[in-house]
Amino acid sequence: MAVLDIEQPNSAPLSTVAISNTHGEDSPFFAGWKAYNENPYDELNNPSGVIQMGLAENQVSFDMVEKYVEEHSEESSWGKGAPGFRENALFQDYHGLKSFRQAMAGFMEEIRGGRAKFDPDKIVITAGATAANELLTFILADPGDALLIPTPYYPGFDRDLSWRTGVNIIPIHCDSKSNFQVTPEAMEAAYKKAESMNTKVKGILITNPSNPLGATIQRSVMEQILDFAIRKNIHLVSDEIYSGSTFSSTEFISIAEILEARKYREAERVHIVYSLSKDLGLPGFRVGTIYSYNDRVVTTARRMSSFTLISSQTQHLLACMLSNKEFTQNYITTNRERLQKRYEMIINGLRSARIECLKGNAGLFCWMNLSPLLEENTKEGELALWDIILNEVRLNISPGSSCHCSEPGWFRVCFANMSEQTLEVALRRIHDFVEERKKGKLN
Amino acid sequence: MTRFSKSRSSKPEQEARGGGAAMRVIVPLQGVVQGRGGLVLGSIIPCVLFYFLQLYLKRNRNDADSENEQNPGGPNTTTRSSSSGQLPELDAIPRSLSRALLSPKSPSGPVSVSARANGIVKGGAESPYNVGLKRVKEDPYDELANPNGVIQLGLAENKLSLDLVNEWLVENAREALLAGGGELGISGIATYQPFDRLMEFKVAVAEFMSQVMEKVVSFNPNQIVLTAGATPAIEILSFCLADSGNAFLVPTPYYPGFDRDVKWRTGVEIIPVPCRSADNFNISITALDRAFIQAKKRGLKVRGIIVSNPSNPVGNLLSQETLYSLLDFAREKNIHIVSNEILAGSTHGSEEFVSMAEIINQEDLDRNRVHIVYGLSKDLSLPGFRVGVIYSFNNEVLAAAKKLARFSSISAPTQRLLISMLSDTKFVQKFIKVNRERLQKMYVKFVAGLKRLGIECTKSNGGFYCWADMSGLISSYSEKGELELWDKLLNIAKINVTPGSSCHCIEPGWFRFCFSTLTEKDIPVVMERIQKVSEICKSRS
Repeated sequence: MAVLDIEQPNSAPLSTVAISNTHGEDSPFFAGWKAYNENPYDELNNPSGVIQMGLAENQVSFDMVEKYVEEHSEESSWGKGAPGFRENALFQDYHGLKSFRQAMAGFMEEIRGGRAKFDPDKIVITAGATAANELLTFILADPGDALLIPTPYYPGFDRDLSWRTGVNIIPIHCDSKSNFQVTPEAMEAAYKKAESMNTKVKGILITNPSNPLGATIQRSVMEQILDFAIRKNIHLVSDEIYSGSTFSSTEFISIAEILEARKYREAERVHIVYSLSKDLGLPGFRVGTIYSYNDRVVTTARRMSSFTLISSQTQHLLACMLSNKEFTQNYITTNRERLQKRYEMIINGLRSARIECLKGNAGLFCWMNLSPLLEENTKEGELALWDIILNEVRLNISPGSSCHCSEPGWFRVCFANMSEQTLEVALRRIHDFVEERKKGKLN
Repeated sequence: MTRFSKSRSSKPEQEARGGGAAMRVIVPLQGVVQGRGGLVLGSIIPCVLFYFLQLYLKRNRNDADSENEQNPGGPNTTTRSSSSGQLPELDAIPRSLSRALLSPKSPSGPVSVSARANGIVKGGAESPYNVGLKRVKEDPYDELANPNGVIQLGLAENKLSLDLVNEWLVENAREALLAGGGELGISGIATYQPFDRLMEFKVAVAEFMSQVMEKVVSFNPNQIVLTAGATPAIEILSFCLADSGNAFLVPTPYYPGFDRDVKWRTGVEIIPVPCRSADNFNISITALDRAFIQAKKRGLKVRGIIVSNPSNPVGNLLSQETLYSLLDFAREKNIHIVSNEILAGSTHGSEEFVSMAEIINQEDLDRNRVHIVYGLSKDLSLPGFRVGVIYSFNNEVLAAAKKLARFSSISAPTQRLLISMLSDTKFVQKFIKVNRERLQKMYVKFVAGLKRLGIECTKSNGGFYCWADMSGLISSYSEKGELELWDKLLNIAKINVTPGSSCHCIEPGWFRFCFSTLTEKDIPVVMERIQKVSEICKSRS
């Protein structure tokens, strides 16, 4: 068999994709997760452990989903549906179950208060929004091309959009002066930067409501972004994964509404990404969708979705759940109320520690300004502070630099992935820390 | 890819231009030489021509660049080496289609999609594979409701033992999904999971794989990465083992889906290695070697071999000897082996299945080059649930694949359900046994039916299909003749079968018939219809 030959390499080489670190998992974003995993907070068993505030997960409304599944368990297990099962188990059509797409379209309409219409045939299913974003990138851009993304942005984009696709991200710098909203000047600057690098810009990707800002994009800004995309003849991807997590029902303006107002002119350059991971608190289900107004993109995305289909069992369960209007209406309203309550709780708690946050109106986190506490107003200063907060205060929060924020001192703090008690403990720790820090500065 | 064919067509244009231009240069130059004031013209004209030539080349290069697949991360200025221009697989890309969609320079033109999106591999909407599937969808056979509909023999799905799975679900699914609070209850499965799946699920899958392969080898759950089906498993391995522009050797005929899974988004090529009916379509190391050398001459770097065992569409099992030879070959060339064993549990003949995992052990120096693909779509008849497996002995590959699995993750409730099902040892054993028996029964009946019509099949030991030699019925011994027969079978006999050309078989006239979507009653119906076409073909010759 194998003869021991020390000279001959016994490992065939791997690809650049395999050995590159574009997956970005060496960043603080992921280091914080690691620290949490090694010493997780538990109210009873480990009260001094690390509290996870770096995970944007929605656990405030999960009881409603749980109740639904328990009361309608036959939908997920075919207790009565023998013929249903047969089709389901074999169903691997990349079109996705029609009933599921219809339910998703209806749910997306409900979230937008009926202000936009969605056609089930323009929906492509993917196993999560992570896959949806990557898939769109494969379709809209070639290796070496670029996507423009406003900062600060979700750290995962560096991995999701670049790793296998070979596409570059060029940041559109936004700062606190404009409340981190995108400006036409910033977009132009980013575009020019791409030109100077001899890189073709193929699209602009926005997250609305924004992660990590926790705020919706204003209507006027959305119009400017769309106009910019039209002027440069590029695509516009609107990641609306938090659209159901706005605190009010009217403050969120979807790109779909703007297109409808414009009678769908130039719509073929617009694509929306959605998922149930945030709004419904079901990240484990792996449910994502691409909604595109461009038929060619829909057809291609559908074929490509073979690499990332949703389990037919899950599609079936969700088709039932999301077409149950009683459930969805109650869920959407209640979820909004609870998120708002949490938001107010954390804002007030931080305020009493003299910490200000960006005015937010959506999402599972707030954008906290700790710049007064920095030793030096630099990225290093921010990371030093982050490190102290992680290891001494034992809170895992996300530093703005991992979100490519150009201003040091901002942090994203998640508030929906824990109980109220835990949040109180976290707020108390922050309070104590800030007090001590002040004392330390006075000494 | 298309750059190769592009340069072919742009050349004559250039030549024509060159011809006319030449005259316009020579005359004034003559004037210059003869001092008749042609000096100005003689210097301006070549400059102008040169300028236009540059413009023309620049515009073409821009277009060609956006069609080329570049190495990831590089700026869009380099062009592919000419040696990689000859790619037989991609000849069929509709060039006109892709050119129409490259963005015109004016902003008022339509916004373009990437060349990658345009480069839909051979086997696009018009391929026999897809046309056939479409026809069945539009007009599906039903014994009572639609007896003249199209019978599906082109999809490798196993409906024979679905009733067993169904039975289990009816009795156990509710508990399986909701049982227990905490980690395994509904709240446990809703939250974010490690992207490479619940450990418990990996344990259950490892155990299932071992059972399916008759317990000769045990699989280590820590060497498993789970993906949403075997399709992304193959793609992920392709991304990990080869760079864009590299190639894999794949013995033909092969599963048509490989063209998509291996090539589409990765930019990796497939070099088909022909197997012949004289060898019963078994792999020949000589052929592999020849293909490897030829690739090298063309400047194509071969990174690995992809084999399927049992093979699709032929249904051969790879002998232990063959596996060892493959390993020797891979070692000699220092390349990887990907063994697609997705049908390991669907063997029905007398031969025993041997997994690559059996000939590799933990101390083996070659273990880093062996990777196995598996899934539950075939052996457990659950393609809809999307469960695929990458099993590797290479820790670096596992680490990379684990991270890449985030783009193709399995739904948690499905994992939960399957943990229960796969841990039910009694059910699993019964299923494997009964499934094999039913497969064998159908195989024997179907092959016998074809034999009565004078159609021989290769001896197959696994899979849901038989590989039939219908070359006696084709009008011309060519791909054209084969596709004509395929067309007759689809439109006259109204059966959807897979022509060998879709599987890149070099010998025309071979067809794949999947029998696992039929019931025994359907077989005579199918045979009758084939006979009809057979008579038509014979009477014409």
